[in-house]
Amino acid sequence: MKIHEYQAKAILARHGVPVPRGEVTSTPAEAADIAKRLGGAVVVVKAQIHAGGRGKGGGVKLARNPADAVKLARDMIGMNLVTHQTGPEGRQVSRVLIEEGLQMTRELYLSIVLDRAAGKPVIMASAAGGMDIEEVAEKTPEKIVRVYVEPGVGIVPFEARQLGFGIGLDGAQVNKFVKVVSSLYDAYVATDSSLLEINPLVVTAAGDLLALDAKMNFDDNALYRHADIKALRDLGEEDPLEIEASKFNLNYIHLDGNIGCMVNGAGLAMATMDIIKLAGGEPANFLDVGGGANAEQIRNAFKILMSDKNVKAVLINIFGGILRCDVLAQGVIAAVKELGVPVPIVIRMEGTNVEEGKRLLRESGMKLTTADSMDEAAEKVVALAG
Amino acid sequence: MSILIDKQTRLIVQGLTGREGTFHAKQAAAYGTTVVGGVTPGKGGTTHEGWPIFDTVQDAVAETGANASVIFVPPPFAADAVMEAADGGLALVVCITEGIPTLDMMRAMTFLKERPATRLVGPNCPGLISPGKAKAGIIPGNICKEGRIGIVSKSGTLTYEAIHQLTRLGMGQSTCIGIGGDPLIGTSHIDALMLFGEDPETDAVIMIGEIGGNAEEDAAAWIKKEFKKPVVGFIAGQTAPPGRRMGHAGAIIAGGKGTAAEKMAALTAAGVKVVKSPADMGQAIKDLL
Repeated sequence: MKIHEYQAKAILARHGVPVPRGEVTSTPAEAADIAKRLGGAVVVVKAQIHAGGRGKGGGVKLARNPADAVKLARDMIGMNLVTHQTGPEGRQVSRVLIEEGLQMTRELYLSIVLDRAAGKPVIMASAAGGMDIEEVAEKTPEKIVRVYVEPGVGIVPFEARQLGFGIGLDGAQVNKFVKVVSSLYDAYVATDSSLLEINPLVVTAAGDLLALDAKMNFDDNALYRHADIKALRDLGEEDPLEIEASKFNLNYIHLDGNIGCMVNGAGLAMATMDIIKLAGGEPANFLDVGGGANAEQIRNAFKILMSDKNVKAVLINIFGGILRCDVLAQGVIAAVKELGVPVPIVIRMEGTNVEEGKRLLRESGMKLTTADSMDEAAEKVVALAG
Repeated sequence: MSILIDKQTRLIVQGLTGREGTFHAKQAAAYGTTVVGGVTPGKGGTTHEGWPIFDTVQDAVAETGANASVIFVPPPFAADAVMEAADGGLALVVCITEGIPTLDMMRAMTFLKERPATRLVGPNCPGLISPGKAKAGIIPGNICKEGRIGIVSKSGTLTYEAIHQLTRLGMGQSTCIGIGGDPLIGTSHIDALMLFGEDPETDAVIMIGEIGGNAEEDAAAWIKKEFKKPVVGFIAGQTAPPGRRMGHAGAIIAGGKGTAAEKMAALTAAGVKVVKSPADMGQAIKDLL
């Protein structure tokens, strides 16, 4: 799960990471009051969307006075912000964060993420802050310093010092940096974060360290124990069909093609998308109904596929293990009874109770195309989608 | 022969008294697996479907001589169950549970490092089966056939797909292992390949990977140096968009890394016969042999 910058900064501040003073608003007129409360001088107006690269897209601007802040807030709220992470369709801005302007001398990078190979969190720091870290890793990997944290021990001060001296901070700054790193690690563990990134972490003219930007993603599997974080979910940032699917515990990702897919198992669902593409078609979605799906979930999944107006044909590819083919057939039949068959459907079933499933589909009298293998199914559905 | 499980396996089921645990314990027993009991804290001393239930893994091992466990415990308690199984000294622990928090798993992996006698398979996996001998997990026995091809896969239903293709072509399997789709797993592709390499009754291997992480690239480097048997590879997610978690917690292209193209190129360079279409896995093995 992702959250906004202002939400991430609030969490980090609670864990002791210094952040600039600021307030969020969805009303342009309020920007003046906020700017005055921040001292009436220069403030920064930042569009709040779940994507990076906002500065280049015009979503981060300096206001010289409160009136200027109102004008910028009015421009930004409601605008469609396009960055390299939003895709060409962009995202609608509904809030801005207004923060005090700062004099800074350096921009650093600091993040914590799981290193899968090591099985440990890795803390990365770099003197090249404010840039795209993937680009730094690609072009100047020597500018990134890493420490791997022992999960049972946590971050130890000497490791944080290694990072601090490694990116060229002086003794006094390193002392402050150690506190930031340790607070950041506390936040990472306490919130079951999957990615925590401060880019940039700035050194101010006064010598303080502040998180000028903050990005936090969370482990979806751990949200059950963080009701407070779950409450930060912004449905406005999500695809409406994906929101609908999440209500029924369906793993659904909306894509651009015209062939709807219903599959059990994440790997098979990805492979089904792949084989559609190989056959010359474009998948409209990724959908894993899961191993333990019941007829009701299948019915809901089918409804979601049908509400995507781009879908011209549907491929159902099920390899029954725990999910029985007869249960799948019942779900499909129920959905078709309710919704009709607005587009051609190709079904490929194998595995547990496949004969019973095929019998149910045959006897339902529904007009369906069947296939015996994945490649046959893909070719048929691509032909039907036109 | 086979790897990891066979007729000598004495299996306990952690979470046997739950719906999934009960169903799959019966399936495993019906397949011929020696299922010796179950563990459900608080239900020790009772019996369930004829099997003795124990409060702790330690008790179960002492009473039944179990050497393997399969875990069907809900996600909040599953990492705990993995650690308990390892502490009980079981040689093989198979965790089927999907949805375990990463930090829980990280702690469990640290715990397992101190107990090298235990091999963990999973979590978030279908488990394993040695056709005609035994199974631990949820792979349907009826699609399998005894034989000499090994399968190692991150994905459950793609494992079934590979088994099905082989069986239809008349080729049986020595052992099929689903290693799981989570970012942190106990048994890697390399671990499984190592075991298949040492198994005189495995002639060739199908290796199924997914986008995300570097496990397939690491396996490719290892295969190039160490693995002498023919390998067919497939990578799911060739058309997956970057930055999105494709069902499995581990299946995500992050920062331009972990793409299918990179993995396929690395495997091809290592001499693996990489198929683009998941429908071609079985035929590719047949062509190689």
